[in-house]
Amino acid sequence: MKAIGRILLVLTLLAGTAGCSNFEPWVKPYERDRLADPIMALDMDPVSSAYIMHVYEAREGARGGEGAAGGGCGCN
Amino acid sequence: MNLRRHIVVSVLGLLVSSGALAGVLPEDRSDILYHLYEGGGVRIDGPSVLMRKQVGNSLSFVGNYYVDMISSASIDVITTASPYKEERTQWSLGMDYLRGNTTISIGYTTSEESDFDANTYSISVSQDMFGDLTTLTLTYALGDDVVGRSDDPTFERDVDRQLYGVGVTQILTRNLISTLNFEVITDEGFLNNPYRSVRYADPNVPRGFSFEPELYPNTRTTTAIGLRMKYFLPWRAALEGEYRYFEDTWDIKSHTAKLGYTHPIGPFVLHAKYRYHDQTGAHFYSDLFPRSQATNFRGRDKELSEMTSQTVGFSASYEFLSDPDSWGFLKRGTVNFSYDILTVDYHEFSDISAGQPLGMEPLYDLEADIIQIFFSFWY
Repeated sequence: MKAIGRILLVLTLLAGTAGCSNFEPWVKPYERDRLADPIMALDMDPVSSAYIMHVYEAREGARGGEGAAGGGCGCN
Repeated sequence: MNLRRHIVVSVLGLLVSSGALAGVLPEDRSDILYHLYEGGGVRIDGPSVLMRKQVGNSLSFVGNYYVDMISSASIDVITTASPYKEERTQWSLGMDYLRGNTTISIGYTTSEESDFDANTYSISVSQDMFGDLTTLTLTYALGDDVVGRSDDPTFERDVDRQLYGVGVTQILTRNLISTLNFEVITDEGFLNNPYRSVRYADPNVPRGFSFEPELYPNTRTTTAIGLRMKYFLPWRAALEGEYRYFEDTWDIKSHTAKLGYTHPIGPFVLHAKYRYHDQTGAHFYSDLFPRSQATNFRGRDKELSEMTSQTVGFSASYEFLSDPDSWGFLKRGTVNFSYDILTVDYHEFSDISAGQPLGMEPLYDLEADIIQIFFSFWY
């Protein structure tokens, strides 16, 4: 669990410093029209994907690591 | 019990992922879904209703009501118990708070049935970084469950669960987006099914085997890492691929891969998918133990055995309502149908229901139909 704690700490620090940089995105906001298309949503129907994930988790020994947690395309 | 030990993860899929677009709040929408699972002697159906609404510029609330109505005469039930019916009701509430490029999501879920209560609390923080090309999400969830027995009101055992998750979504090109998720889940408490039995060789009975209660370790830690990529094709369609590696302290290791294709045609959106899952069994699993109490821990839960499952699925969505013709406050509406066929081949779980002689029983397999019909409205 210590290793997980260290990873979380590093990622938190990374997130904290991100706003201070003058990073130039290689995909500009005006180039994200295709990623903003509804068919490109990582989770098009949350109620349906949550159900199907529940079906698999009940019938298999594995769990977690699937699904859309983590993001959007920043297409606001 | 099969359906219950995983509530913490699927619930997070609903509450946390929906709030993971760090720089923008999720869309206001409602879904009314009917789900049906039928296969292996088990029929589970019920509704799921989701409602999400933004309040002001920085808050969004989400609620979900979900029911599983279970009618079970599964292979486990018909070999060691009697068919049963029961109902599980689950309520979830969540809130997303947006501030700049950061979204904070909190959630609470409660699930009740006659012999099992579960409560899950979750929090996640998402941050857009590097010109909004990268979204980092940290998640923590705490589960607090109570296991009972329908035939013994005095039986009550606790299970504590904790989930730690890190997710990174990355825009790679103007056509390609990816997400990497890492999750560790720990369980502590009464982890086995209070009704399920293991089978052991018993030369004193005519059929050659008897049953005794299963006994699991009191702790389990699972680790999963999943990579998902979605690509926009030139003819306006989407191709997605997913891979997950999983392992746990019970010696289960699995590989899961999924391929999907989404194709819009006018007001329709069609989707096809294939999913493959292969896993090893838990170290304390055995189809037939050599004698009574042969090992410290013992289980014959087929979900913890070596197995391969495959799913072929198809879905269609029809947009019957769109912006120019909106109905009052409803801007958009779709009706959706989804059909999946799930097949599971168990490599170390015998079908003893046919009454074959010991050692001659065929391996068990099942095929299930999974149907979803739902309406979605955006407002």
